[in-house]
Amino acid sequence: MAAIEILDLEKSYLVGFWRKRPKLALRPLRLTVEEGEVFGFLGPNGAGKTTTLKLLMGLVFPTAGSARLLGFTMDDPRVKSQIGFLPEQPYFYDHLSARELLNYYGQLSGVPAKGRGAKVEQMLARVGLSDSAGMQLRRFSKGMLQRVGLAQAILHDPKLVFLDEPMSGLDPVGRREVRDLIQQLRSEGKTVFFSTHILSDAEALCDRVAVIHQGELRGVGAVAELTSQRKGKIEIVFYAQAHRVPAALITLGAEARVSGNMVNAVLPEEQQEAALDVLRRERLKLISLTPVRSSLEDYYIQKLRTVEGQTGESEGEEGQKEESRKGVGV
Amino acid sequence: MKSDGFSAANARIGYIAFNTFREAVRDRVLYNLIAFAVLLSGAAVLVGEISIDIERLVVVNLGLTAVSLFGVVVAIFIGIGLVSKEIDKRTLYTVLSRPVRRWEFVVGKFFGLTGTLVVNTFFMALGVFLALLYVAHKFDKMDLWVLIALYFIVLQFLIVCALALFFSSFSTPLMSAVFTFALFIIGNLAEDLRGVAEITHGAGGWLATAMAYLVPNFSALNVISQVAHGDPVPGRLILYNSLYAGLYSTMAISGAVLIFQRRNLK
Repeated sequence: MAAIEILDLEKSYLVGFWRKRPKLALRPLRLTVEEGEVFGFLGPNGAGKTTTLKLLMGLVFPTAGSARLLGFTMDDPRVKSQIGFLPEQPYFYDHLSARELLNYYGQLSGVPAKGRGAKVEQMLARVGLSDSAGMQLRRFSKGMLQRVGLAQAILHDPKLVFLDEPMSGLDPVGRREVRDLIQQLRSEGKTVFFSTHILSDAEALCDRVAVIHQGELRGVGAVAELTSQRKGKIEIVFYAQAHRVPAALITLGAEARVSGNMVNAVLPEEQQEAALDVLRRERLKLISLTPVRSSLEDYYIQKLRTVEGQTGESEGEEGQKEESRKGVGV
Repeated sequence: MKSDGFSAANARIGYIAFNTFREAVRDRVLYNLIAFAVLLSGAAVLVGEISIDIERLVVVNLGLTAVSLFGVVVAIFIGIGLVSKEIDKRTLYTVLSRPVRRWEFVVGKFFGLTGTLVVNTFFMALGVFLALLYVAHKFDKMDLWVLIALYFIVLQFLIVCALALFFSSFSTPLMSAVFTFALFIIGNLAEDLRGVAEITHGAGGWLATAMAYLVPNFSALNVISQVAHGDPVPGRLILYNSLYAGLYSTMAISGAVLIFQRRNLK
């Protein structure tokens, strides 16, 4: 069963004071996320990521289309106890302590009174807030609030977790911890759908990603496949002599960069043997030779540059549906 | 997990109400009691020195009017922010993404605020009775009617809270405050409005009648002057006022729920 099935979900707002006119925030979106997947929803600020999440959470209502979460329609109250949600830049009741807040959310989520306290403590420990559990949230830093946000999202042991920019406002250590937490959720068999514009996080965590821009889905792909495609280039690294790049290597079309006593040179794959000959001739010591593979960033940039109307959907509705379920294709 | 039945909904409303109450207390809303205590004790001392035989009348009038005004101000200023603050600060997102229906949230907020006002009124009432004891040196049987007047004041708060919540479900906090306070003033003149409606004919008469019945009749809930003079309050009025306040609040809350159910939380 699909964890998330988005069926042509669309949202427009009326703008203007006298003459109201619709402004499209999300063009019809069709996307499927399987159970147990970690799915990255990528796009620049204002792309429509948060609108999509708000629609799925029932915070705003769609202009058209629908969605199913864990087999339930998204407005079915039964699904709410099985999902967790971390909004972007979360803000909580600042008169409460972290412990009181989690207890309150536990009550609202239907976590039984017996064992709720222990669950709250366990969650506080999991996000590293045990020492500050009794402090009022008004004294929390942004990073600490983000941790509280993560704790409240998973407190009731949901099957499906939505995280809107979960790394936002975190320092490198905090980001690492959130990454570990998402990995743990994956190992527990939970489905994680998170929006981000930090591509390294998506590349490290996601099974699949979707790119959205200007309210339009630009493509969906499996990260493993996207990052394994060879680009017809090789990168060679060698020890330089007198911090210089051999002229013969430049004539082979190499783009070289000297860093300390090492040189990184990228050149066409067909020049591999010629480049190695140059190194032998010049008696330069080779450190590594690796094929250059496409990165998530390449895919992302390519999709952002896609001209409107030439998206994955144009390759056929069924094709897109299949692609959004299985992997690459756009 | 609890089954999503009636009792689960009631429990969630209770949790939201308690959190609203706790927020009000921690936001030092009850600090208004200090100002009230200073005002009332000052007035009691002053009255004790300058009044002859009308100490009780002055203390009851002043005390109950202060209870009413302090409470209304608290009701309006918390009530208008109950929903809008949660939307602005986005605390609502993590509540409504749980198994909490929007109507449960609105009703829970309403009960939380009325609970705060009941506690507030209890302490202010205690102050009024202490002031009475100070000036009269004893309690009288007719002081029991002061309790009825206080009950009517609480009923006024119910209506004011419901109206504040209703206006804040679709308007800005500032406009909600203006609308609610305007209705409170007009509602205190409801009997006069009905008088005007009776002597006006034609379309104007219809309009005045509609207005008179649409605005909350706060004047019927104001028996301060009556009890200050020691006059009893008829049992029938207690019943009618209770039903009226219950019905009016329910209608205002239902309106708030209907609007809030359809609102996009931007």
